[in-house]
Amino acid sequence: MAEKVLMKGNEAIAEAAILAGCKHYFGYPITPQTEIAAYMAKKMPKIGGCFLQAESEVAAINMVYGVASTGKRVMTSSSSPGISLKSEGLSYMAGSDLPCLVVNVQRGGPGLGGIQPSQADYFQATKGGGHGDFKMIVLAPASVQEMAELTVKGFELADKYRMTSMILADGTMGQMMEPVELDFDIKERPATPWATTGTKMEREHNIVNSLSLVAEELEQLNFARYERYAQVEANEAMYEEYMTEDADIIIAAFGIAARVSKNAIVEARKQGIKVGLIRPITLWPFPKAPFEKIADTAKAVISVELSMGQMIEDVKLATQCKVPVTLCNRVGGMIPSPEQVLEAIIKANGGAN
Amino acid sequence: MAVVFDKPHALADVPMHYCPGCLHGVVHRLVAEVIDELGIEGRTIGIAPVGCSVMAYNYFNCDMIEAAHGRAPAVATGVKRSDPENNIVFTYQGDGDLASIGMAETVHSAARNENITIIFINNAIYGMTGGQMAPTSLPGQVTQTSPYGRDVNHCGYPIRVCEMLSELEGPEYLERVTVNNVKNIKNAKKAIKKAFQNQIDGKGFSLVEVVSSCPTNWGMTPIDALKWIDDNMLPYYPLGVYKDRSAEKEEA
Amino acid sequence: MATTQFLFSGFGGQGILFAGKFVAYKGLTAGKQVSWLPSYGPEMRGGTASCSVIVSDEPVGSPIVSQPDVLVALNLPSLDRFEKDVKPGGFIFADSTLIERKVERDDVNVFYIPATQLASDNGMPTLANMIVMGKMLKELNDYTAEGIENGLKKVISAKRADMMGLNVKALEIGASN
Repeated sequence: MAEKVLMKGNEAIAEAAILAGCKHYFGYPITPQTEIAAYMAKKMPKIGGCFLQAESEVAAINMVYGVASTGKRVMTSSSSPGISLKSEGLSYMAGSDLPCLVVNVQRGGPGLGGIQPSQADYFQATKGGGHGDFKMIVLAPASVQEMAELTVKGFELADKYRMTSMILADGTMGQMMEPVELDFDIKERPATPWATTGTKMEREHNIVNSLSLVAEELEQLNFARYERYAQVEANEAMYEEYMTEDADIIIAAFGIAARVSKNAIVEARKQGIKVGLIRPITLWPFPKAPFEKIADTAKAVISVELSMGQMIEDVKLATQCKVPVTLCNRVGGMIPSPEQVLEAIIKANGGAN
Repeated sequence: MAVVFDKPHALADVPMHYCPGCLHGVVHRLVAEVIDELGIEGRTIGIAPVGCSVMAYNYFNCDMIEAAHGRAPAVATGVKRSDPENNIVFTYQGDGDLASIGMAETVHSAARNENITIIFINNAIYGMTGGQMAPTSLPGQVTQTSPYGRDVNHCGYPIRVCEMLSELEGPEYLERVTVNNVKNIKNAKKAIKKAFQNQIDGKGFSLVEVVSSCPTNWGMTPIDALKWIDDNMLPYYPLGVYKDRSAEKEEA
Repeated sequence: MATTQFLFSGFGGQGILFAGKFVAYKGLTAGKQVSWLPSYGPEMRGGTASCSVIVSDEPVGSPIVSQPDVLVALNLPSLDRFEKDVKPGGFIFADSTLIERKVERDDVNVFYIPATQLASDNGMPTLANMIVMGKMLKELNDYTAEGIENGLKKVISAKRADMMGLNVKALEIGASN
């Protein structure tokens, strides 16, 4: 067993990526994720890998596109405004069915916004991310250990389904240090017969491409891609349940919001309020099952978010409006306090017990 | 019967979509001949742009990648760095792709002396979208989006890419050629071959700007378009070597 | 369930983050659950830096310390900003060389130590932070040679191993003042 070390979330992502066999990183500095680039800049030359600071986020994601075309593990990382710049590339990655890992350590927005933690890129990550019909696998770590574990998982899922995996973290997760154990069982990668690595004059040429001018053909490509997405939805949803068995009130929260909510739940339980947490670990695919289950038993759901209410829409869909869902939030870089969440719990309970 | 003219192996045996009189076919052939002669088809990866040559990925037999508009040098950077010892990487880009939307990628890959080969087709117009003003359209040139002629007071001056990049320390080799007659085609092939050989030798960023035509959007016969290159394009875009670091070193 | 929430605050460059790491590692090596969360951004550069550390027997929930059990204030703006947040019955440690005023609250345990002065008197001008740490550990009944060594070994890189002795000395000075 590896020794536990204290690591920043950002550094844990970088080290886990290297352990997962990622030898190519391209990025552009932006707070609060720059530690990833700094770590890669230090480590990559020592392991025969490549760190390159690109001239822009746009260039960085396209360098990623280049390496991904050759079938190698590759990643980039940024924070909210930088991810917007990468959205062109994300769409092309999807259109060309290329695997890669993208990290978004979110900050407050819109526009240049601030640099403090946020979860306001939920829609961008799970619903959009660029033009056209496509999805990314979106992983939401809630600890430094998960920052590392989901990085490895993200590469595996990206390879398995030939799509982008995105780590959707926030400034707190990136900056905080916690004990981490970097002890992973790295699985063998699937073969990449589609990769453009040179024909060696032994096969027909491979083409990595997202252009398809014949509408009937492009439609079929989209259908095929969505069949793959259906597989992801069926097999890869991940979540954590905390004290939900007897809960009347359910909190839905991910990342730092889930951490804060756990404190509030402990307090509420002390007051005799039966409250639990469903913490989505994959935001896409959204873990519908646990919400479907509690829709008939819970009397209220509270979505705790660092946004104006984005995940709440998926929570409402998953609970099919059988139970009232309210929002408890802070935005712009502010984080809900455990006291604020406790207040929301008490309100949902119809007052203190 | 003796074969006196054949298709290069690196050029795919498929019909091309280019307009009659378009010079893309000529430049494609030159690139394919060079790939054949250098024996690098099996380890070459080409990057197609967005623009008229968007479907170049179908026309070369080596592995091909289609890039987003202007991003080919960034994609090429990734491909090259994925296996710098083996991969031979070229981009094939037009003037809108390379000198407008992709200017940052162009300049920075040159500044890094990225060991790639860029074939830059400058015909002073956006072809695929139907004849709009390009970053290289000449002063006074009439296009769909400069219907009264390019007014430099309103939309500025055309960009001379080779001259501009030659101010950078980074690039290894910059040359402007054209393909409007046999002699120029021969020169162009020499330049393209050198641009690939430089990469094989690890010398770095090599860009060949090919002054080209667009009979369709210029509104001319192919023959007139070839003449228009001589009369209008070349005075503004003089042919020649703008940078050749290795040659400069030898002289010094 | 024993959980201690620390808030360290001072000017950038006073070693706030280092002190926080020391406490976090000291907890980790003693088998505790820990988290360390710095303030980040422009305020790191010259302004007031702070850092939340939680040491607990249970898994740490929120890593954000908004109501510290222990506040370490190495400058006046830090005391001004965080004094009101300390839990009743909690602790405030203040560097009295740099903070001339007294703590106004009477429901907390307050300790003043002229750390910056002591550091300079003892030829260790950069270790005022560790002098306060010594004082803090002593008053929290957590000052053991073994704990200190375990924590220091983790925060002082191998390259700077020669700093070990000086840090131990700083902690001792703090504990005995």
